Amino acid sequence: MADFILNGEPVSIDADPNMPILWVVREKLGLSGTKFGCGIAQCGACTVHLDGQPVRSCSTAVSQAEGREVTTIEGVGGPEGELTRVQQAWVSEQVPQCGYCQSGQIMSATALLRDNPNPTDDDIDAAMSGNICRCGTYTRIRRAIKVAAGQVEPREQRENVGEA
Amino acid sequence: MNDLTPEKTERSKLAKWSRRGFIGAGVLAGGGLLIGIGVRPGNPIGELAPKVAGGAGEQLVNSWVKIDTNNIVTAIVPHCEMGQGAHSVLAQMLADELDAAWEDVRVMQAPADGSYVVSAAARLFAAPFTLNAADWIKPTWDGVFTQISRAADVLITGGSSSIRSTGQYQMRVAGAAARKMLVGAAAESWGVPADEITTRNSTLTHEASGNSAPYSEFASAAAEQPMDQTPQLKTADQYRLMGRSIARTDIPAKINGTAEFGIDAQPDGLDLSYAAVVRPPVPGTRALSMDATRAQEMGGVLQILNMGNFVAVVADSYWQAQQAIGMISIEWSQSDSPVKTMDDQFAIFAAALDEAGEDGGEEAASRGDAATALAEAATTIDAEYRAPYLAHAPMEPLNCTAHVADGKCQIWTSTQVPLMARSEVASTIGLAADDVIIHHPYLGGAFGRRLGSEYVAMAARVAQATGYPVKLIWSREEDTQKALYRCADLCRMRAGFSQDGVLTAYSSIFTQRHDPAEASVPAMYDIANTKVRVAEAALHLPFQAWRSVDHSQQGFFVESFIDEIAHAAGADPLDYRLAMLANAPRHKAVLERVAEISGWREPAADGTAKGVAIVESFGTIVAEVIEVDMSSGSPKMTNIWAVCDAGYVMNPDGFKNQIEGGIVFGLTAAMYGELELRDGAIIQSNFHDYKMLRMEDVPDIEVAIIDSGDVPIGGAGEPGLPPAAPALANAIFAASGTRIRDLPIAKQFA
Repeated sequence: MADFILNGEPVSIDADPNMPILWVVREKLGLSGTKFGCGIAQCGACTVHLDGQPVRSCSTAVSQAEGREVTTIEGVGGPEGELTRVQQAWVSEQVPQCGYCQSGQIMSATALLRDNPNPTDDDIDAAMSGNICRCGTYTRIRRAIKVAAGQVEPREQRENVGEA
Repeated sequence: MNDLTPEKTERSKLAKWSRRGFIGAGVLAGGGLLIGIGVRPGNPIGELAPKVAGGAGEQLVNSWVKIDTNNIVTAIVPHCEMGQGAHSVLAQMLADELDAAWEDVRVMQAPADGSYVVSAAARLFAAPFTLNAADWIKPTWDGVFTQISRAADVLITGGSSSIRSTGQYQMRVAGAAARKMLVGAAAESWGVPADEITTRNSTLTHEASGNSAPYSEFASAAAEQPMDQTPQLKTADQYRLMGRSIARTDIPAKINGTAEFGIDAQPDGLDLSYAAVVRPPVPGTRALSMDATRAQEMGGVLQILNMGNFVAVVADSYWQAQQAIGMISIEWSQSDSPVKTMDDQFAIFAAALDEAGEDGGEEAASRGDAATALAEAATTIDAEYRAPYLAHAPMEPLNCTAHVADGKCQIWTSTQVPLMARSEVASTIGLAADDVIIHHPYLGGAFGRRLGSEYVAMAARVAQATGYPVKLIWSREEDTQKALYRCADLCRMRAGFSQDGVLTAYSSIFTQRHDPAEASVPAMYDIANTKVRVAEAALHLPFQAWRSVDHSQQGFFVESFIDEIAHAAGADPLDYRLAMLANAPRHKAVLERVAEISGWREPAADGTAKGVAIVESFGTIVAEVIEVDMSSGSPKMTNIWAVCDAGYVMNPDGFKNQIEGGIVFGLTAAMYGELELRDGAIIQSNFHDYKMLRMEDVPDIEVAIIDSGDVPIGGAGEPGLPPAAPALANAIFAASGTRIRDLPIAKQFA
């Protein structure tokens, strides 16, 4: 049995204590936004927050979450799904391609900006180095982090495509 | 027998054949003018409506667009969305021709149904001349290629083709035809001439009579209107949506965890079991026997199966299945492949090239008389280039959820080829294709890997054998070591110069030729004598097209060697290329522009140097300049510039994102990509040893677009890749004097 707080709600789940948080969240709790990429904490697709710190959920046993707070991509925004500044920047910079790694990228970036609201390029490198994007959106991720940090203006307002 | 009889017989035979053709083609096919028969243009609403427009108040206007009572226009897009943005931009193209209000446009993935074959993509590669045929013959070509495409399950996403084939020749036509049908219906109802009705923002207006109505009001009546097979399309000055950097429609779901990928399948009412698999370490071998005693006793394990070419553990959770499969000891059959190491593989390539000698092998391209020119050359240079095997490594591991029950099989998977996957499942488990239903949500990357469907068939076999609905997932290790691969190759190149240093001859010979045929040929350059040959040699690992296919290795071979030629001639490598592009004005303009934006002619910062490469692939010309800093002794990329001419670009920001991605993909391979063999099995297993570029490795990338107007549109997904490796290798040479002829690069400076 594992008891922890998931996205603000207490959960109590019957699972092998050694089962990684990734699979508990995906298969037992039905939240599929956290992704399986490598299984050995090398790609970051499975990044969640454990008491606010980014961890690789594929390699973190659910027993380690006992009594603690787990936040996944589904819980990172506001209660009504309001987007965070990081998520908004991901839209304005049109970051995702396939999108599979982006939950993990956003979780890492969110933790970075909470601890360091004004990161340098080196800070961004250090915080994001554990997250692989096979589509190669790194330059946009970097820019989106700077937009979320208020260092860079969002990409100029996109064309008003709804004009008559 | 009168004269008409044979013709009549022929007609009726063809009539049947054609009718089937345009049932499949929907609004796009029909006519049959070539064969002299007039058959009602196919509007397959009856057949398709329940599959794609089952919602309340939805009216299917033609195969590719539906309009509901709230005036929401839905573009039904045949291509899959694997990160390239096709869903969004294809809807953009259809909506523009339809004069739809973009905020009320939705995108729907077309079902895996023969009605949605991408016949224009088939034509682009098989018979491109048919795409610009005269109006009167277009419907016939549509019918012909629809029929071919249906027979061959051509519902494919690949070849950087979505916009330039399906977008240009299917989605736009569908949008324009639907608009004309709406106008026709309104004209009849209002009793006014159709050409006095204007359309904008999903609204029909007849100014003189004061009539105005949303599209939804005439959606039903429009479906009864005749469909124009060749409606007038907009010219660029009339575009309202095309050509603009409209935000992608799939992105909102990709930033909050709600986007559904194949691996996220959770079908209603099915209690899934999970399967882990292990495949033979060496291609072509099989599981002879296994000892699964310990695995059997592990928690959650339901069944363990020896399927011959793989072993599967089915369990209550994927993690349990994965834990258990590691406890099985399997005896694999012996491989009869002579290749145990990469040295063996390269020896086989070398032997094939040796045997071909100076004149052997098959000629892939020839201009002038390269053999004589080389024999008469005052000086020659030779180089031998190598490329390693590469895995595709999409972030979403290969997976498939399957359920076999009541004589039917339901499949949920990420695939580039839903209809081929359907056929493969059907033949594997002995069902009719119609009894296999494929659901295909977003793909977490593909890059060519998901053109193969063996993982889909594996899931169907496990589901059939166990009777469980099963989600089968390959581990990253299986994906790296037991999949399908970009080929390795060896390429020998020679250049000849006259007494006064003019390049007179170019030749190359290699062993692997897949696609596209022109990838190995530096056709744009004015070289008087060129000969390109292939001497085929067997691959140890199974091949699968990998982003940009042959361009991925040939771009490196050709543009690195051109750089060697320039340096041998004592010239600036960019100027040397420019001088050979007198007959290729678009290439020349691209190269001149990249010189400009990269500051090519300005002095380099200390320790840095720039390299350039230019490759045309999939209809798009791309030149890249990469700047490296070698001051630490190993290459650190500091800036990347790319200039692209794809003709007209439908969504500039989306295009740039694809080019950026192609560059990073190419540079990942150039820096780190390599699969090595031990005892015939791949050594690398996961991202710790099959390394990817990461945040700190990738500098700024500036992409500029040249719009060269009225030329065929080029692709976006692949063309950014081929120049990346040679531009980097050429920069390293410029900075350090070290010529890179083998990949990957990083380990050569370790």
